[in-house]
Amino acid sequence: MNIAEARLASPKVQSTIATAQNLTAGYPGKVVWKDANFTIEEGEFVAIIGPNGAGKTTLFRILLGLQRPLNGSINLFGTEPKRGSSRIGYVPQQHVIDDESHIESFELVRLGFSGKQWGFSLFSKDDTNAALAALEGVGGTELAHRPLAELSGGELQRIFLAEALVSNPELLLLDEPLSNLDMKRERDLLSLVNNVVRTRKVAALLIAHNINPLLPYLDKVIYIANGKVASGKPEEVFTSESLSTLYDTDVEVLHDSKGNLAIVGIEGHHGDVE
Amino acid sequence: MAFSPNLIADLQQIWYYQFMQNAYEAGTLVAIIGGVVGYFVVLRRSTFVAHAFSEIGFAGAAGAILLGIPAIAGMILGSTVGGTGIALLSRRSSHRDVYIGIVLAFALGLGLLFINLYPGGYATEAISILFGEILGVRRSDVLLTLVLSVLILFGVGIVYRPLLFSSLDEPVAEAKGLPTLFLGIVFLFLVALSVSISIQVTGVLLIFSLMVTPAATAQHLASKPRNVIIISVAISLAATWTGLFVAFYTPYPVSFFITAIVFGLYILVRVLHRKIKAPGEQRRGWKERMQTFVRDYSP
Repeated sequence: MNIAEARLASPKVQSTIATAQNLTAGYPGKVVWKDANFTIEEGEFVAIIGPNGAGKTTLFRILLGLQRPLNGSINLFGTEPKRGSSRIGYVPQQHVIDDESHIESFELVRLGFSGKQWGFSLFSKDDTNAALAALEGVGGTELAHRPLAELSGGELQRIFLAEALVSNPELLLLDEPLSNLDMKRERDLLSLVNNVVRTRKVAALLIAHNINPLLPYLDKVIYIANGKVASGKPEEVFTSESLSTLYDTDVEVLHDSKGNLAIVGIEGHHGDVE
Repeated sequence: MAFSPNLIADLQQIWYYQFMQNAYEAGTLVAIIGGVVGYFVVLRRSTFVAHAFSEIGFAGAAGAILLGIPAIAGMILGSTVGGTGIALLSRRSSHRDVYIGIVLAFALGLGLLFINLYPGGYATEAISILFGEILGVRRSDVLLTLVLSVLILFGVGIVYRPLLFSSLDEPVAEAKGLPTLFLGIVFLFLVALSVSISIQVTGVLLIFSLMVTPAATAQHLASKPRNVIIISVAISLAATWTGLFVAFYTPYPVSFFITAIVFGLYILVRVLHRKIKAPGEQRRGWKERMQTFVRDYSP
């Protein structure tokens, strides 16, 4: 029984992965956002939404231990975030794929498992097995031996997801995985992430611009805009009142017949949210 | 001495000469190191760094000759000092090229001064540093090359997976807690040492022929890093051995043959690449490529 199965089998109640209290983020002399209060529970699918430059990636950097909060507290797995936690799987927004190198997907996923180990290991098969299992988990078995440079955007995102999942994390941080995907691929990837969240009980934080494709899957939304942070269930956050408070201006949330949302009144905030 | 179709007899004849034995031994070591370290140079797109180190090594070598100490000692000193300087100046990679260019220009000027100060006329010394003089490698140089090669391979062995990971996917490697900055510095030192010993064979100006071209060629022939390194070493070994062999029977320089062989192989591989089965998958026909294209770019 691997860690993920053990986690599923354990009967204990849902436990909290992260708690932020009055968390303030930024750089010395510049506050990006302040007074964030939220919790992330085990196995939750959370979207982080907000305009460009609002500080969504900053939240990831704090959780990854790459940046210290300016103020307030953040508790992750019962302690302060530390860089290099193997309990976090991370897919950054920017991946540089060298199209001159023909490195295959499998090798990248395998490095996600063993890339931290110093020295040579000629005989261990652990990393190979872990990489194959991770690829299978994202439906990427047939991509294993394809060069990264030849994969499409959607295929690459699946490989990066496998690279993040290979160490069996409890928290997944996905930075704009949908940014270069067409609508069909967007749906495919989201249903894959949702699948991973539900079957492995891993919590996922996904940064996105557009909330609508995510709505069917989400447990929670963290909305960062205007230097402030709102969080809660999507139907709590996406109300005219809540967003008006966030943006300090009159904002209206409209619903269409298919359940899609549109936010009106934030044009001045470079809002990409449709 | 004439070439005969009996290769074994030829090699016996070649190795009869101590200087050819030295050349083969040093050449073999340098080819292995160039193939291995060159892979990371290509993977990290650090060819300019390798070039800079070799020119800084030029200043070191010229200074060493002036002082009457072995050129290779001067190269090692020069390129490690230069490596530290570059590492300190460019802590993040974004402006590294600019700093390297600045250090490189000064080093070349310094080298020129040292060569000028050399009393016995400088043309031959300069040429042998710039273009390599493998036939002038001495026994003690071979031993030093052996020691350094073992050291470099040992170093690569220790940092292999973290260096590979941080070269391929730096943001994730950093988030996973790998010391990416430290790994970058270790890499610079490995390159500095490798360049120092490679200069004996290829010279300052032809350093890419062993540090870049074989790895760049091998990249197109394999999709697993280990296999790329093996092929890259095989290419540099083949080029060095063949180059020495041909040069022995002709009046032309070894370095030329080495560069010509690796260049020819690179072109051959690039041209034939579409004909050879692409690594990791069956070659796809244009119809299938079109279908993938349409599938990926249609809404």
